Amino acid sequence: MATIELTNPADALEAFRKEAAAWLAENFPKTLVGKENVLATVEGEAKADPDAKAWKKAMGEKGWGTPTWPKEYGGGGLSFKEARVLQEEMGKVGAWNPIGGMGVMMLGPTLLEFASEEQKKRHIPLICRGEIRWCQGYSEPGAGSDLASLQTKCEDKGDHYLINGQKTWTSGGQWADWCFALVRTDTSKKHEGISFILLDMKTPGVEVKPIRMISGTSPFCETFFTDVKVPKENLVGELGQGWTIGKRLLQHERTNLSGGGSMSRGQGPSLSDIAKHYVGVDSEGRIADAELRTKIIKHEMEAKAFGLTARRVMAESKSGGVSLASSILKNVGARITQERAELTLEIMGMNGLGWEGDGFNAAELGATRGWLWGKAVSIYGGTTEIQNNVVAKRILGMLDHQ
Amino acid sequence: MAVLNEEQTMLRDMAREWSKNESPVSAFRKVRDAGEAIGFDPAAFAAQAEMGWTGVIIPEAYGGSDFGYLSLGLVLEETGRTLTASPLGATALAATSALLLGGSEAQKEAWLPKIATGETIAALAVDEGPRHDPSKIEAKAEKSGDGWVLSGEKAFVAEGDSAHLFIVAAQTGEGVGLFVVPGDAAGITRKSRNMVDARSHAAVSFDGVTLGGDALIGSADGADLLDQVLDRARAGVAAEMLGMAVQAFEDTLAYLKTREQFGEILSRFQALQHRMAVQFTQIELMRSAVEGALEAIDAGRDDIAELVSLSKATACDTLHLVSREMIQLHGGIGMTDEHHAGFYIKRARILENAWGNASFHRERYARLRGY
Ligand SMILES: Cc1cc2nc3c(=O)[nH]c(=O)nc-3n(C[C@H](O)[C@H](O)[C@H](O)COP(=O)(O)OP(=O)(O)OC[C@H]3O[C@@H](n4cnc5c(N)ncnc54)[C@H](O)[C@@H]3O)c2cc1C
Ligand SMILES: Cc1cc2nc3c(=O)[nH]c(=O)nc-3n(C[C@H](O)[C@H](O)[C@H](O)COP(=O)(O)OP(=O)(O)OC[C@H]3O[C@@H](n4cnc5c(N)ncnc54)[C@H](O)[C@@H]3O)c2cc1C
Repeated sequence: MATIELTNPADALEAFRKEAAAWLAENFPKTLVGKENVLATVEGEAKADPDAKAWKKAMGEKGWGTPTWPKEYGGGGLSFKEARVLQEEMGKVGAWNPIGGMGVMMLGPTLLEFASEEQKKRHIPLICRGEIRWCQGYSEPGAGSDLASLQTKCEDKGDHYLINGQKTWTSGGQWADWCFALVRTDTSKKHEGISFILLDMKTPGVEVKPIRMISGTSPFCETFFTDVKVPKENLVGELGQGWTIGKRLLQHERTNLSGGGSMSRGQGPSLSDIAKHYVGVDSEGRIADAELRTKIIKHEMEAKAFGLTARRVMAESKSGGVSLASSILKNVGARITQERAELTLEIMGMNGLGWEGDGFNAAELGATRGWLWGKAVSIYGGTTEIQNNVVAKRILGMLDHQ
Repeated sequence: MAVLNEEQTMLRDMAREWSKNESPVSAFRKVRDAGEAIGFDPAAFAAQAEMGWTGVIIPEAYGGSDFGYLSLGLVLEETGRTLTASPLGATALAATSALLLGGSEAQKEAWLPKIATGETIAALAVDEGPRHDPSKIEAKAEKSGDGWVLSGEKAFVAEGDSAHLFIVAAQTGEGVGLFVVPGDAAGITRKSRNMVDARSHAAVSFDGVTLGGDALIGSADGADLLDQVLDRARAGVAAEMLGMAVQAFEDTLAYLKTREQFGEILSRFQALQHRMAVQFTQIELMRSAVEGALEAIDAGRDDIAELVSLSKATACDTLHLVSREMIQLHGGIGMTDEHHAGFYIKRARILENAWGNASFHRERYARLRGY
């Protein structure tokens, strides 16, 4: 790019827009339009084609998969406005972000805030390039909503830590290279006895057992730790600071997960189009089933209000303040995602209830599995009930009766 | 709970014991894992027939016990609790109703005794698309000499994989008629469908099937008969849904009373108490509607259609709610295939669709009420 004297920020942004468009034209393979696999970042691309590999490499090296992260750790170093422009330009050519997963959504931002310089230098660039898959070792059989009751023991053995215990519901545990975990380093205190640690899943003593879900796939695992030795340098923050760090990470998780609602606004035909196809229209072009039509209207209007709220939250948080509305995003996003799935099934009737095999097209089978899988969005990352407790207690000041 | 007579109480208790002991949810899991197209365990169905459940609404003259629809509903409710995979509802209630309501003496004599013993499994084949709509029947029965030639495609026929006998709705030129069609007649092709509830919902095509003149049930303009048959089928499905809702609810309640978080059992959290109180409330309304419809059928009252639509709509809404809450309130465990919450929600959505979903029945209710 030629260097032009720019004083006006709007001009600078326009210049960046041109730069981004040019770079995308050069690097995004047209063959990948519409081929985004949202699960690839968790599951790892099974049979990634060369174009997908090249695209991931290009984005990883440019740092644009994590556009606003600092350049020194491999991020794009862009301002929020530039990142938005980049997103718009990507949208125009059908490009999607090949860098993702828990490293990007949750761990990276947390490390930027709490990790030592060495830890940042070691782990963040790998996340930016999408070379390491991370999993989250928080939940245990006895510690779900009450996460702080976790029992996985982490003992100081002088030159290393020794971890024993069990995690569960570890998403992508069987494909992950590394795990960020909450462990108990002190049994005398509930919250202050928790520490945040990073561990290599290939360490001896780590064992994963995939759990089959109602949707038929096994995307999560039980994870067992038996005398797992972890180098001391893998502790993030101070000993006993894990609850603070872990909760901060959950905030990142929730902000990202509420994007779940965006799935409902995203690609693919609208509910109303699906309904016109399966149910038909009356003489005035209205969806023939009046009640279904009303449900679809309600859903689409709520999704619209959700989109506006997400935008407002973004605007408010950029202007420095804390947005109260951010606390509702996860629950509303989950509800919209699930409602869309239920409505899709209702529209498709028996065609939306196929498990596999003949008689159902790919969209129908996808709707069925997506519906089942989607029941998780109101459970993981803090259940809807726990989110409501947070709203009631933290925001509204409605305290427990005891 | 409806006021039951002695026979009904005995029948219900027997069905409850049998389902609990001989056909728990683990029995359904076995059926699911086996992956057979027929979608049930023949031994379990044989046991049901042995106990006389296949003949509950069939008059004694044809080998049944003539206990009526409420009685059969009680059985379906109890077997529904544990998701018992069986063609009982399809054959002994839905298809049987067509013969009872419209069948000639000869048709009854030919089929009811065999249905009563379980030797014949009969299935009702009405819908041709993924959404219930008896106004969209295109299958045709054309007069040919003394008999008929039947052609058409029926979709998602419950128990269509195992049926020995189909009761088929087809256009006769004068309206919609119901036909008795032996399952082994030439020109019938069945295609299994692998669905979320692991039960049988076959696509059945009838390609120039030749039938005798005695195959027609009732008149060639039998839309009213079809409507009455469907209402009985719907009431039966609603009874099964009632059992499922009750059991799903009880299992969730039991879980909340044992699972501890934050140093308390979950059932001490008021937010969850209210969620359960709401479900309990809806289930009570559902029970009244379901039993009310079955009683109206037994009494031959003139508000059967209205009560059946009330019953099915209420059943759909309530089971929908309860099956969702079952997963949500179990947390992560409810998402696993190892737990049975998934079985309930999958079967629930299938039955929500069976013979009309909630919207269908609310629309129908409005029409019946003249608005
Ligand atoms: C698909 C999926 C992926 C997941 N991935 C991960 C992962 O990668 N890593 C990880 O660590 N965990 C993961 N989880 C676990 C998830 O975070 C927990 O399932 C969740 O926090 C709930 O915990 P629980 O399952 O033990 O349910 P419980 O805490 O036992 O809750 C059961 C029910 O009780 C309700 N409840 C609990 N306490 C209260 C209260 N005080 N007031 C009102 N209601 C209450 C809950 O909302 C829920 O409805 C995943 C879960 C799922 C389903
Ligand atoms: C039209 C009318 C007729 C009445 N008739 C009679 C009568 O004949 N005899 C008689 O004795 N009383 C009568 N009452 C009084 C009635 O019983 C009380 O109003 C009622 O019990 C609520 O008490 P409160 O008004 O003090 O509200 P509060 O108890 O202060 O409740 C305020 C709100 O908080 C909720 N709330 C309170 N505790 C809890 C909890 N533990 N969990 C969740 N939510 C809670 C309530 O549901 C309500 O929404 C009548 C009231 C009305 C409005």
